[in-house]
Amino acid sequence: MTTIAPYRSLAPARRAGFAQLLHAEWTKLRTVRGWLVGLLLIPLLTVGFGALISSGSECGFMYPAPNGQFVSGPCSAPIGPGGELVQDHFYFTHQALTGNGVITARITALTGPSLQPWAKAGIIVKASTTPGSAYAAMLVTGAHGVRMQWNFTEDTAGMPGFVSASLPRWLRLVRVGDTVTGYDSADGSHWTEVGRTTLAGLPSTVQVGLLAATPPPTGQGAVAVNQAVTSTGAFDHVDVTGAVGGSWQGIELGRSPGGGDPGGFQQTGGGFTVTGIGDIAPDIGEGAGAGTPITHTLDGVFAGLIAAIVVGVIFVTAEYRRGLIRTTLTASPGRGRVIAAKAIVLGVVTFLLAFIGCAISVPLDEHLLRSHGNVMDPVSTLTWLRIVAGSAAVFAGAAMFGVALGAIYRRGASAVCTAIVVIVVPWFLAVSSPALSATVSDWLLRISPSAALAIQQVIPKYPQVASDYLPSDGFYPLAPWAGFAVLCVWTAGALWLAVHLLRGRDV
Amino acid sequence: MSEALHAEWTKARTVPGTIWLLAGVITLTVSLGALVTASTKCGSAGCGQDPARVSLTGIYLGQAVVAVLAVLAISDEYSTGMIRITLAAMPSRVTVLAAKAAVLAGLTVAAGAVAVLPSALLGRLLLPGNGLGYPLDGAMLRAVAGSVLYLGLIALLSLGVATVVRESAVAIGFVLTLLFVFPIVAHFVSNTTWQRHLEQIGPMTAGMAIQDTVNLASQPIGPWPGLGVLAAWAAGSLLLGGLMLRLRDALPARRH
Repeated sequence: MTTIAPYRSLAPARRAGFAQLLHAEWTKLRTVRGWLVGLLLIPLLTVGFGALISSGSECGFMYPAPNGQFVSGPCSAPIGPGGELVQDHFYFTHQALTGNGVITARITALTGPSLQPWAKAGIIVKASTTPGSAYAAMLVTGAHGVRMQWNFTEDTAGMPGFVSASLPRWLRLVRVGDTVTGYDSADGSHWTEVGRTTLAGLPSTVQVGLLAATPPPTGQGAVAVNQAVTSTGAFDHVDVTGAVGGSWQGIELGRSPGGGDPGGFQQTGGGFTVTGIGDIAPDIGEGAGAGTPITHTLDGVFAGLIAAIVVGVIFVTAEYRRGLIRTTLTASPGRGRVIAAKAIVLGVVTFLLAFIGCAISVPLDEHLLRSHGNVMDPVSTLTWLRIVAGSAAVFAGAAMFGVALGAIYRRGASAVCTAIVVIVVPWFLAVSSPALSATVSDWLLRISPSAALAIQQVIPKYPQVASDYLPSDGFYPLAPWAGFAVLCVWTAGALWLAVHLLRGRDV
Repeated sequence: MSEALHAEWTKARTVPGTIWLLAGVITLTVSLGALVTASTKCGSAGCGQDPARVSLTGIYLGQAVVAVLAVLAISDEYSTGMIRITLAAMPSRVTVLAAKAAVLAGLTVAAGAVAVLPSALLGRLLLPGNGLGYPLDGAMLRAVAGSVLYLGLIALLSLGVATVVRESAVAIGFVLTLLFVFPIVAHFVSNTTWQRHLEQIGPMTAGMAIQDTVNLASQPIGPWPGLGVLAAWAAGSLLLGGLMLRLRDALPARRH
């Protein structure tokens, strides 16, 4: 008599470890055709919409003209000593100085129609009259007192208060080798050091002299207000010591195509008046410069984000719809681990695909934007990596947020709608709705997960450059990683709630 | 047709989600509108804002919930298999879709009216104090009534899309992308011709033109033509949905 042994699996007995769970979720993800299509849409939509937007972005910079109108012209921006795009447009009354020397001047007035807070007049030591060359300057400003500024991005405060005939300001720059030191004084005998800088590679012969410049007005509707903006500095006691060559020359540095700049200088006795427009500052794009920040190469991200959200949601809700969730939870009863495995697998896959999408989008759109006349702000490899990998991480966070909402709602439509309303709509409203005040826009981009797009900000907000710093120009209220942390908090909170609910519910 | 309407009405009112979604439309519309209205401060020179647009900003959120309501009206039938019973009881598929559209439009317009009126009232109460006049004239009436119609048309557009796509999550993702993609792309491109055309053809940008009460001449599209563009989108999507409903099997082969 023979006994029939019951069937036993030949597979060795093993714990249902987390690695097996990850493997199971990965198998599901890669074998459902609809999910694969959705995943591929992430890079495709990002690149496609990015390319579409770049193709429709011709650069036509509006240059301020003397009559207060704006004149459209091609975009151009020089590159400063720090490697970034700069504005180098001002009126320069200059002499050549060879070797060490000192320039001193007393400024008795800064005037102009609708004088801007950052209207400037003062003295400068500049490597050459080529736009973008190194410089150090001592300036009086419309509303920020005396400043020492150098190489476009640096700014240090000197004496406070507005200059006038009764409160004149004495300014001095001392050049020794590559080092320039700035001093200010109220009386011409007691000097205070404001700042000291080393201008790398300063040639032996430099240009020293007087400058005047003013940026155009900013603020809501500023461009619509056609006001003539110039700034005029009145100087006396102008003195240059050292090996000075030639007489005083005037030059409108930078350019204003078709504008017919109002700049100029007059020499009267021992004094000068210098009038100019423009600015000598970093180029921060829209409104304050002609350059285009690299952030604009990732304008297509919003479309890919929606795809990531949808895939994240249906990765969970499809299991409910098909009843697969019962099998999943039978095979792996740890419910928290199932959600974690889903979030990790989808997060990693989304990150990789989005990284590819962004890594294609940035150079492709840079090329498209350039071919449409835009001047791109160069970025370091590290910054490039930060915005590409950071954007990919935002995609991963959004997809994981979708997973959590899918598990919370168990219904696709409500989950997708909630995720989009929370992530994409606040960003849309903050960036493009004229009805929202700046305060509300700012808060939306602080508390909603779309704060994470701050990871794409490359140009810092410069206190010495007046601009609206709008989110649509790539400026966010939070620092890049702080913004990303907001998304992480939302995603972690939603995942926690999902696990909590899943544990308490019947499937 | 009246039996079909009755059947769809019974489904709509007995599905537990409907009442919550309608409440969501009203709550989101009114609260976002109140937030934006209260935070709008204009100087003596004015701020060039349209009072109607400011007070009715809540529609941007409300429409997302309307889209969910509309998508679920059809895709829930597919996910539960109810569609087989519906079509067995009412074999004329066009009638089913028409009845669904009518019930959905009715519900949305009713909720939309409840959502829009308090928003307008808040605008009337708060905006003049913040330096933005709020005249109760024909243009304002058009903006308020038109916003209600706008929500109704969004519901029809979403219903059509969901009839084609059937999977609810994908349908809602598609609808919201369709709505938001035009204004976002228009905002980022600098070419003004592109901008104008994108705003003229986008279902949301064109439809929202019904809210314009000032500077009508400088808008890319007039109020009624704009709402007409949205109506065309809705009609097109319902037409395509009806066609697919007629041509396709009620339920695709299911893997159980």
